[in-house]
Amino acid sequence: MNGPADTARSHRDTVTLVVDGVSVAAVRGQSVAAALLSRGGATAWHVRTSVTGAPRGPLCGMGVCFECRATVDGRELVRTCQETVRDGMRVDTAAPAAAPRACPAIPAVPRHGSCDVLVVGAGPAGIAAASAAATAGADVIVIDDNPAPGGQIWRGGAARPEGGARFFPGTAVVTVTPSGAIQLQDAVGTRQVVARRIVLATGARERFVPFPGWTLPGVVGAGGLQALVKQGLDVAGRRVVVAGSGPLLLAVADVAARSGARLEAIAEQADRVRLAGFAAWLVAEPAKLVQAVGLARTTAAVYRLATFPVAVRAAADGLVVTLRSGRPGRERDRDVACDILACGFGLVPNTDVARAFGCAIGADGVVVDERQRTTRPDVLAAGECTGIGGVDKSLVEGRVAGLVAAGAGATAAPLLAEVRRARQFAARLLDTFALDPRLRTLASAETVVCRCEDVVAERLRGFTGWREAKLLSRVGMGPCQGRVCGTATAVTCGFAPDDVRPPLVPVPTGALADAVSP
Amino acid sequence: MDVVIVGAGIVGAASALALARAGCRVTVVEERFPGGGATAAGMGHVVVIDDSPAQIALTSRGRALWESLAPHLPAAAEYRRPGTAWVAADDDELAEAAAKAERLAAAGVAARLVGPAELARFEPALRPGLAGALVVPDDAVVYPPPVAAWMVAEAIDAGARLRRGVAATAVEPGGVLRLTDGGRIEADAVVVATGAAAARLVPGVPIRPRKGHLVITDRAPGLIRHQIVELGYVKRAHDVGTDSVAFNVQPRATGQVLVGSSRQIDVTAPAVEPKLLETMLARCFDYLPRLATVPAIRAWTGLRAATPDGLPLVGPWPAIAGLWLATGHEGLGITTAPATAEGLVAGLLGRDAVVDPAPWLPARFLAVPVEAAR
Ligand SMILES: Cc1cc2nc3c(=O)[nH]c(=O)nc-3n(C[C@H](O)[C@H](O)[C@H](O)COP(=O)(O)OP(=O)(O)OC[C@H]3O[C@@H](n4cnc5c(N)ncnc54)[C@H](O)[C@@H]3O)c2cc1C
Ligand SMILES: Cc1cc2nc3c(=O)[nH]c(=O)nc-3n(C[C@H](O)[C@H](O)[C@H](O)COP(=O)(O)OP(=O)(O)OC[C@H]3O[C@@H](n4cnc5c(N)ncnc54)[C@H](O)[C@@H]3O)c2cc1C
Ligand code: FES
Repeated sequence: MNGPADTARSHRDTVTLVVDGVSVAAVRGQSVAAALLSRGGATAWHVRTSVTGAPRGPLCGMGVCFECRATVDGRELVRTCQETVRDGMRVDTAAPAAAPRACPAIPAVPRHGSCDVLVVGAGPAGIAAASAAATAGADVIVIDDNPAPGGQIWRGGAARPEGGARFFPGTAVVTVTPSGAIQLQDAVGTRQVVARRIVLATGARERFVPFPGWTLPGVVGAGGLQALVKQGLDVAGRRVVVAGSGPLLLAVADVAARSGARLEAIAEQADRVRLAGFAAWLVAEPAKLVQAVGLARTTAAVYRLATFPVAVRAAADGLVVTLRSGRPGRERDRDVACDILACGFGLVPNTDVARAFGCAIGADGVVVDERQRTTRPDVLAAGECTGIGGVDKSLVEGRVAGLVAAGAGATAAPLLAEVRRARQFAARLLDTFALDPRLRTLASAETVVCRCEDVVAERLRGFTGWREAKLLSRVGMGPCQGRVCGTATAVTCGFAPDDVRPPLVPVPTGALADAVSP
Repeated sequence: MDVVIVGAGIVGAASALALARAGCRVTVVEERFPGGGATAAGMGHVVVIDDSPAQIALTSRGRALWESLAPHLPAAAEYRRPGTAWVAADDDELAEAAAKAERLAAAGVAARLVGPAELARFEPALRPGLAGALVVPDDAVVYPPPVAAWMVAEAIDAGARLRRGVAATAVEPGGVLRLTDGGRIEADAVVVATGAAAARLVPGVPIRPRKGHLVITDRAPGLIRHQIVELGYVKRAHDVGTDSVAFNVQPRATGQVLVGSSRQIDVTAPAVEPKLLETMLARCFDYLPRLATVPAIRAWTGLRAATPDGLPLVGPWPAIAGLWLATGHEGLGITTAPATAEGLVAGLLGRDAVVDPAPWLPARFLAVPVEAAR
């Protein structure tokens, strides 16, 4: 895969950013976050300061957590992992200064459009859906919050929607109007699209489980590290520990190793018994087996099962993570020194856009029938947002959704058996990597659970539901809007956000006033 | 005396605390959790409103009681006194500000007229060209949900009982409350403090829901210093029949800005309405242009409990023996909850009232048909 990381090493094409008044060299194509982290030095990962004054660094690498936020060219609350470097770009990492502020930019004139099919998300599922629908003759618009298509797995790769679909990068869904129009926001301003059919291919995000130290700069998501490396983060020579759960850990370790990182450990919380069943399943799925074995060669030496992080602390030259192994009652702890701890405990489907449309959400994700139709007649969904199942599920579901959305549902019939198989695999995944109950109690009383508002675990005791906890503790009230802490409380407290309110992502207040069709 | 209170919003919670401390045996019935209704949706501006002598008496008493509560409140209540700046767009409004200053002064409420230059120094982010403002320095701001929770907890310490997760279905004569779980509670008095939902439990009560929109921004410390409200606010709030918006912004203790406000009568759907939001925000940008660039984190709506005359319903509801009402606080229930509670204690226990209760007695609406009163 030819990501910006390769470009980074060639040192061919550099640009200069002004970060807090200091010039910083960056590589064209890099994300701003990757450029910030690649500055070197002990504090490079300290990108923002939390509301209680703690240093923080990027976590998710994919636009969810807002831990990488900065003011970019005067635009506030910009997620630097979603922003590509430009020469002369001004990046201010301090919180925006007090009033009076710079005069507001003149609000962009709202841009409006319509199409037959609007696809939200340009990962494998979205690209497959858009290509299928466009090839079947539909007028298709695809949008993605990321600056480039590809989603999580093909980030920075060459895959593009085909068949004449129009692609709007760096574009997020803000809200769904009562008439069903979708309001979008990009760096320029507001855009509103009216579509006859909508395909939601919003993918998944990582699940983070809070444990003491997880908010330290240098502790990053597992997929988060993978994403940042693909965005041009240089990890050559860095000591990396990968921990958490799921097949993603191996993929992350593989990317890190091939980028020159030193893998100190890979800790998978699932145990041998569960994984054995999964391996047997993989034998019946040759393509997946090859994938698995290919990864294993580079990583097997440090792969440990039934092992999970219980704490991480800052040391003079990096981090020290304590990994716990063994069954309850026979546990052993071991300290491992590293520069980067990449931690992810499986994936959770992104269902907020579906919720905004009023689609039913089930335990696994957006509820769809065998032809990817949600409970709302004009909305379809495909890929990880309907249930975590890997790229094959996303591709086939995306194709089906695209064909159905384009009115060519009949041609999707031959694909339905494949859809069924992919969904069985998804169910298997969930079961294999079910979380060890011990993970629920890793957070100590003073461990931060909500990173936006610095709400600690102790403050979350005694509530019966998300809304009560939110109102009384401020959990989920920050810019991530509960996407990180809400999946964490699902693990540690047994409740999670169950509603959405506009804007689905923070936007300039002025953009909220652009929500009405002309 | 046995009292059962239905609803643990700020009004029910304050009443439970006051009655428990006054020696009543109190049971609170709350279908969800304390402080989760309108109390969680509103702005929490503790403000003296002077549109009638009764309102001035009630709101200034409420504000005084908040001030004496302040030292006891949990930190999460974020109680502060940024004061209110009622801004005048032109000379007509400035004249109105002067009249308002006189009415407030007559009621013993401190207020000061400031000219354009001083206003610009106080609130540099406001657009140039405003005529001035009336600054009411002792108005406060509070984050109400933790206050309601704290009041219920304090009431429990004083002997009250909380039954949460169960709703009241009917109030029968003689102080009988029916519950969704099939149970019933008998008491000397049933106090209905269910906010905008009051008419569901007590048919015929002249309460209409009045929806409001709010937006909260990311932290923007120092952008504004006072709660800033346009002078036209009260006039528009009074005009119950028509939808309206007004510029009303609040500095939160966190540095965030809470942005309001809108009013729509008889709309109960909780969805945020983009069209209304657009009108409301356009009004706000007109006064505070820089707001447009500050990131918005969330928008939401809530229901006020509106009465035909803009005053609450606090006191016995003569149509059903043993039933008392404590609702109808429209956009002022946070401000007036402690005064409401104080009035209830006086009424139920036959004590001397601090504020004349006559203007709030629900019986005022039984003399005329409810329809005519609208
Ligand atoms: C962090 C991470 C790393 C992964 N790495 C691998 C890997 O290395 N190998 C592997 O086999 N699988 C990996 N996976 C699993 C991977 O998600 C699937 O294999 C596959 O990419 C799923 O495709 P998809 O199209 O369903 O979703 P995704 O690829 O997740 O694509 C969803 C897209 O929707 C966009 N989006 C979401 N919400 C909005 C919105 N509101 N507005 C606009 N755009 C939006 C996102 O930006 C994203 O580009 C990873 C998953 C995650 C979460
Ligand atoms: C947008 C907006 C802005 C506002 N701004 C301000 C302001 O700045 N200053 C101010 O002073 N006021 C303001 N208000 C008004 C204030 O929020 C309300 O007046 C106040 O919260 C009302 O409190 P309450 O206890 O009467 O009702 P609620 O808070 O609604 O409480 C009622 C409780 O009763 C419960 N309940 C309902 N039915 C039943 C049943 N059958 N059985 C059991 N329990 C039941 C509910 O669950 C709820 O908890 C605003 C309101 C809105 C909507
Ligand atoms: S690291 Fe950029 S949003 Fe999470």
